[in-house]
Amino acid sequence: MKFCYEIKGGDFSAGGSASSQVKKTLKQFNIAPQVLRRIAVALYEAEMNVVAHAWRGSMCVDINIDHLNVVIEDEGPGIEDIERAMEEGFSTATEEVRQMGFGAGMGLPNIRKNSDEMKLTSTPGIGTRLALTIRF
Amino acid sequence: MNAQQLNQLIQGTILLEGNVSTRYTKAFASDLMSDVLRFQMEQTVLVTGLCTIQVLRTAEMSNITCIIFARGKRVTPDMLALAEEHHITLIESALTLFEISGRLYQGGLEPVYR
Repeated sequence: MKFCYEIKGGDFSAGGSASSQVKKTLKQFNIAPQVLRRIAVALYEAEMNVVAHAWRGSMCVDINIDHLNVVIEDEGPGIEDIERAMEEGFSTATEEVRQMGFGAGMGLPNIRKNSDEMKLTSTPGIGTRLALTIRF
Repeated sequence: MNAQQLNQLIQGTILLEGNVSTRYTKAFASDLMSDVLRFQMEQTVLVTGLCTIQVLRTAEMSNITCIIFARGKRVTPDMLALAEEHHITLIESALTLFEISGRLYQGGLEPVYR
């Protein structure tokens, strides 16, 4: 079962609506609440990264029997130094993002913590691709 | 402790009663949503001075079903609508984050970790 959602860069009021849709869909399956929270948190952090940093993006979710594959892709400035971006506390977020309660440099480490597999690739000036696998 | 009992401790106003059956055992006070997203939040009350739609989204993702807004922050209609959709209890209080936390701690709520 596969479906995709658009994510608008800079639209903080709609930020999280794609992750919300996915959580709603997954609730219909017999998934433990803690696993559902791990999925929702990872997707929400990833979605907010697109909202905060990119121009536009998409979230594509593939639900399998015992795991979930997600690809979040965006067109945006990309990440210059992925290793540094993965460090806790490192952030390039704007003041606006910080006022929303984000941009503390916790997002990517938290996504890694909540997923079983994580692959982050980026081309500066073009965009970023994040692929996640979370087992139920 | 249920939402009514929480509210009595902090002299707040319940704007919306979401999931009335929830018994809260823990509280977490933060204006940083990135930190809220790092911990297990079941049966936990979120106390915050941040008043944006993303507080509601963060609660929804973390399975938080009760939010206390401190320092007299006023909930907006779009926040109220999202809380209604996800059965999240909203409480407004004029007290500071510090005093709300103190009263809840004294009332028996635990931190999310020690």
